[in-house]
Amino acid sequence: MNLNIIWFVLIAVLYIGFFILEGFDFGVGILMPFLSRGDDPDMVDRKRRLMINTIGPHWDGNEVWLLTAGGATFAAFPEWYATMFSGFYLALFLVLLALIYRGVSFEFRSKDKNPKWRKIWDLGIFLGSLLPPLLIGVAFSNLVRGVPIDGDMNYVGGFFNLLNPYALLGGITTVVVCAFYGAIFMSLKVKGGLEETARAAAQKIWFLVVILLLALLIATYISTDVLAHLGVNPGMVPLAGIASILLAGYFVRKKMNGWAFITSALTITFTLVTMFLILFPRVMISSLNPEYSLTIYNASSSQYTLTIMTVVALVFVPIVLLYQGWSYWVFRKRLTMDSHLEY
Amino acid sequence: MDPLLLSRLQFGITTVYHFFFVPLTIGLSLMVALMETIYVRSGNPLYKRMTKFWGKLFIINFAMGVVTGIVQEFQFGMNWSEYSRFVGDIFGAPLAIEALLAFFVESVFIGIWIFGWDKLSKGLHAAAIWLVAIASTISAYWILVANSFMQQPVGYSIEAGRAVMTDFFALILNPNVWVQFPHTIAASFVTSAFFVLGISAYHLLRKSNTKLFTRSFQIAAIIGSIAVILLGLNGHSQAQHMIESQPMKMAAAEALFNTESPASFSLLTIGDLEQRSEVFSIRIPRLLCLMSYNNLDCEILGIYDLQAQYEATFGPGDYIPPVAVVYWAFRIMVGAGMLMIGLALYALFMVMGETLENRSLSLKIYLWAMALPFIANSFGWILAEIGRMPWIVYSLMTVDEGLSFTVPPAQMLITLLGFTLVYAALIVATIYLMAKYAKIVPPEQESGISDSDDDAPVLVPASD
Repeated sequence: MNLNIIWFVLIAVLYIGFFILEGFDFGVGILMPFLSRGDDPDMVDRKRRLMINTIGPHWDGNEVWLLTAGGATFAAFPEWYATMFSGFYLALFLVLLALIYRGVSFEFRSKDKNPKWRKIWDLGIFLGSLLPPLLIGVAFSNLVRGVPIDGDMNYVGGFFNLLNPYALLGGITTVVVCAFYGAIFMSLKVKGGLEETARAAAQKIWFLVVILLLALLIATYISTDVLAHLGVNPGMVPLAGIASILLAGYFVRKKMNGWAFITSALTITFTLVTMFLILFPRVMISSLNPEYSLTIYNASSSQYTLTIMTVVALVFVPIVLLYQGWSYWVFRKRLTMDSHLEY
Repeated sequence: MDPLLLSRLQFGITTVYHFFFVPLTIGLSLMVALMETIYVRSGNPLYKRMTKFWGKLFIINFAMGVVTGIVQEFQFGMNWSEYSRFVGDIFGAPLAIEALLAFFVESVFIGIWIFGWDKLSKGLHAAAIWLVAIASTISAYWILVANSFMQQPVGYSIEAGRAVMTDFFALILNPNVWVQFPHTIAASFVTSAFFVLGISAYHLLRKSNTKLFTRSFQIAAIIGSIAVILLGLNGHSQAQHMIESQPMKMAAAEALFNTESPASFSLLTIGDLEQRSEVFSIRIPRLLCLMSYNNLDCEILGIYDLQAQYEATFGPGDYIPPVAVVYWAFRIMVGAGMLMIGLALYALFMVMGETLENRSLSLKIYLWAMALPFIANSFGWILAEIGRMPWIVYSLMTVDEGLSFTVPPAQMLITLLGFTLVYAALIVATIYLMAKYAKIVPPEQESGISDSDDDAPVLVPASD
């Protein structure tokens, strides 16, 4: 195992960490307008605050996984960083705007009582939670499907080139998985009526998740070079992904929400691992000529830089996991409609 | 539309905007941490109310700093992909390390601090804000390591047209970072001190909770005075460093067209922008020598001679930055700094004298003085970055070579407008909220409900 492979794995770990953590807070944000419905505006607002507060202490720390993935890509694979972010220019711009709007919305929303004020930021929480998984899903699908990259590692497709059916399917699947995962998370973090509302929502969304994941699996055989690259038998990982989502559905039905959370986190993990396996050792596949693809070798930093970064990552990633894990322990208590809410 | 202009405008706008919030985050987190520590050690509830009052304002500012920082992590790849390819081996590392060492600590512990008032022991809760304060300072260090490579490349070699890191320790011990980092940190403390002085002055003028705001004013006057003097001394060593590392930046900052010995300091220069020459100037003899070399008989190379020198080294080209911008940015920064030195020391003098709330005329000055650090911070960066032009990495790559040439200019225009409009809307909301929370008078006595935010129902947390 050389340093280039280690960094490919580390970046995969960072993105998986991002989706396992931020995945549920995206989900909570997507579901907020739907699960807070009611006739009494005060109750609606109270429910919304309750939902936001389940992720209140965590969303920011979760989002840093994405920032770190971006920084690590720059450090370890600068050509990948340069090609992907200049190539997916407008998509990334929309992700950034959405994340900006969202972060401010969490912080600002409940600091003023005016319903119009709160509406502005409710929209930010919803759009800011919907657009990033949609667009990142589209971007990742395009990574495995292949995009027009020329011999100088430059992306030469336009913006609309990214919006092909396969990528859109990948984007929508990401959104729906996040919603499913977020509903389960919420059911674990609240007490009272909302707990069952969230679980029931997860149960409904589950069907859609299964259909979309299967469709994505089939589409992946059609739209990517997985057959040539890995063969008909893709190995155990996608199968484990299918098994975990079936189990998650079972646990949701049986109201075993803790297990449902773990198994759906596994679904996310296995799906992303599958994606990175299809990519490996490439990081961006060129649809113009396989020779033009960016790989962990031609896109990487020097061995010296990779060595430095490996030392830093091996020391600090475990420390991050420890204190971030501890923060979930601190806020383990479920919230109720009577809880004191900061947001 | 010129893609270079669009990209430079976008980088400038998003970065200066981001830097409205960063220094206040760094400085105010430390002040809030100090207040909470005094509370924990003394048990005096005055300091708890103080921590909460300034903490609220801190959080609003912190959120803006965080969200505008996201753009910074990605926009090198978006608009400056050729630059990213060229320096990625070196420049990506401090960015990634910053995220791993600082962003995680900041974001996790700010969550713990905001939500953890009744979930942690007092000491642990105070430790959370200390970690936020320390991490935001560490974050500044790493991003300045990255910027310092652009100002003064070290620890690299050029291989196959790329800058490749050869010495990580040279990178993190870059002489430039050791003048730039203290300057940024001192400026951050000055920013937070003037912020606290201004808002305290607002309440003292209205004689609302004079006890809390007198004490806040005192703390800010002490921190502000120390920081602003360190800032001035450090600014001096920075100028001395600049004349060695980037003589053209200094010549432009002084609008010194012709080499002078001994060099004079320009009080006011009117130049001809087309001809790039001096029309009229008032100069103080020998002062520039004192500033740059601590002596009175130096020779300082002027813009024309430096241009000739650069052409001899780097080949034909225009190596002169926009002189007027650099010249005025330098003067605005230093001018604001001088005013702040005076005002911080005067605040210290006020604190030692009679009761603060009776000095209404002086207090009013501090309301307006809140703008000074923000002006100085912004123009300081404009000086540092525009003064380096035409280089994106000094002596290695010019700014036009760093651009993403595959991104259509129309898309660059969309993002420039998009960021600018969204940022403009957000600053309105931020100022509204800041003003709202700055005007709320904290209770004079512990009333039992002072812990809750203004509109949350006051209820005991439910237990499982």
